[in-house]
Amino acid sequence: MRLAEAWRVASDALRANRMRSLLTMLGVIIGVASVVILVAIGTGTKQQVEQQVEGLGSNLLLVVPGRIEVGNAPVVSPLDLSDADAVSRVVGDPGRVAVTVASGATARAGNRSDFTTVQGVLETTPSVFTRSLSRGRYLTGADVDTSRRVAVLGDSVARALFPDRDPLGQQVTLAGVRFRVIGVFAPLGQSLGVDRDDEVHVPVTAAQRLWGTQRIDGIAVKAPDRERIDELGDRIVAELSRRHPDTEFSAVTQRQILGVLGDILGVLTGVLAAIAGISLLVGGVGVSNIMLVSVRERTREIGLRKAVGARPRDIGVQFLLEAVLLTSVGGLTGMALGVGTALLVDAFSPIPAAITWWSLALAFGVSAAVGIVFGVVPAQRAGRLDPVVALRAE
Amino acid sequence: MTVPAVEAVDVWRTYELDGVSVSALRGVSLTIDQGEYVAVIGPSGSGKSTLMHLLGGLDRPSGGRLVIGGRDVTTLTAPELATLRNETIGFVFQAFHLLARTSAVDNVALPLVYRGVGARQRRERAAAMLGRVGLGHRLHHRPNQLSGGEQQRVAIARALVTEPAVLLADEPTGNLDSATGEAVLELLERLNAESGVALVMVTHDQEVAARAHRRIAVRDGLIRSDSLHDRPASDGSGVPATLDPAPSAEPRSASGSGPGHPPGGSGGATGATGRLPWEDAG
Repeated sequence: MRLAEAWRVASDALRANRMRSLLTMLGVIIGVASVVILVAIGTGTKQQVEQQVEGLGSNLLLVVPGRIEVGNAPVVSPLDLSDADAVSRVVGDPGRVAVTVASGATARAGNRSDFTTVQGVLETTPSVFTRSLSRGRYLTGADVDTSRRVAVLGDSVARALFPDRDPLGQQVTLAGVRFRVIGVFAPLGQSLGVDRDDEVHVPVTAAQRLWGTQRIDGIAVKAPDRERIDELGDRIVAELSRRHPDTEFSAVTQRQILGVLGDILGVLTGVLAAIAGISLLVGGVGVSNIMLVSVRERTREIGLRKAVGARPRDIGVQFLLEAVLLTSVGGLTGMALGVGTALLVDAFSPIPAAITWWSLALAFGVSAAVGIVFGVVPAQRAGRLDPVVALRAE
Repeated sequence: MTVPAVEAVDVWRTYELDGVSVSALRGVSLTIDQGEYVAVIGPSGSGKSTLMHLLGGLDRPSGGRLVIGGRDVTTLTAPELATLRNETIGFVFQAFHLLARTSAVDNVALPLVYRGVGARQRRERAAAMLGRVGLGHRLHHRPNQLSGGEQQRVAIARALVTEPAVLLADEPTGNLDSATGEAVLELLERLNAESGVALVMVTHDQEVAARAHRRIAVRDGLIRSDSLHDRPASDGSGVPATLDPAPSAEPRSASGSGPGHPPGGSGGATGATGRLPWEDAG
């Protein structure tokens, strides 16, 4: 029997049992669509995070206590501002060193309030992290030196507290202490579902007084020479280790962060794909099941076909094609559904999604393979049926 | 005299059922010549269905020699046997066995699918064959839109579209009323006479069997008589050609039965006058 003929017979058989074919396909459709969607979300998230980390600049060096590794708990920081001065001496330029001490706090203005992250920082922060303002001015060295109670609001905080007023010059209360708004950041948007505009910058000295601490959480350095950034990191870590012999320090670069985040998000994408793959597998079992039913139902037809000259292979190919047709039509439909849903998610939700060709090829390839793998047994069974027995079947 | 369409020599067919071997056929020898009209009669359990399956190449003998269309069945692989069936045998079943969702013309064309004939030529030949069985106006009807007699005629057209040497009909009138059955029998006989296809009809109906030129009576896995129509036959053991309807016991104890009996009318020249070879439909 020619292949084109076998295709026609297979598609006729599927059309004859429209509802059953559709329901069987549904398993494959859902499986393929979920592979495409979940891989798209995983990939989109990874790309977004990587872009943001890249946006930090490739010469950024973050110095934190403890070891930066997946699975390590954060360490209580022994650092204070004198350590920042020591790092500045190592770097040779205080303008390239930024610090942070951060905590959650409620910001109030009039009868409005917003729970946000208050960061105590140096005046160097905008140049180290490349942040720009939409209004007003940033903190100055004098603000830091005199612990002046002035604040620069993130875009979301400004909108929450001053929806219909110019925030410049207004008072905000942070953890019960009044600060004067001197500037508003240009918006950054979201990353990993976190609002990056939901923060307030105040002088590090004022923040330390607010929380009654001398500590800082970490130090960031904008390396003057990208080529020698690792060496600079080593020198900074050595200096801090000398000052705090009991604590381990890490200096991480953008490349290392990308590596760690890439690993995490790669695992995440893999897990999502595996979960989706399981549903595809379940769909395949459904195909196998329905093919066995189909073989049983059409035993007499098989017997007749054999009587008029169908070879075992002709019958086997017919049923195998039926299974492959089920899964590949289901696979294509699932792909279309998955791509459509992923594009909608990307456009209308904060979750990023990026379609990758490999995920489409994989999903379709796997669904066609599922058809072959789960179709072979029923097809062989059909091909090997004894025509005498098959013709007698009821 | 041409080559026989089917030749069986001391054919046995033994089944293993739960470790017990049961012989449905115990040494059958016969020859079906081209263009013959043969009725195979016997009560249920006599082995006549097994014989029919063997003659049609649906099954293989456990022992003996079976040659269909000049080829020894025991040496053929399953695909080769399928091709042999396609080229040499046409089947007509009691239950018609038409594909339900398929039009009459496509049902008839089905054997040509497995012969690799192109779609257009298949349809042309199937339509012509349906015309010969008087269903030229029913080409695109589905089986459920046809009467029982019409369905059996579609099945006959399907059996003959490949121009086989042998047409095997298993109780072809069993599911039909007597008038319709008579028409189907007349059609089969006309096609047998016109085209020279050997017609082997399995039946338990004496009246139907009486129409054939040659009658083979099967009982207990053996041929009890093999006679030409105008000569009432009985074999040496004295069993009458007319079979009583009593069910036969399983003849396992009768192991002493020899390798069949010499077929009385084997290769009988049954009035081959006027037989035309199958016309070339190319």
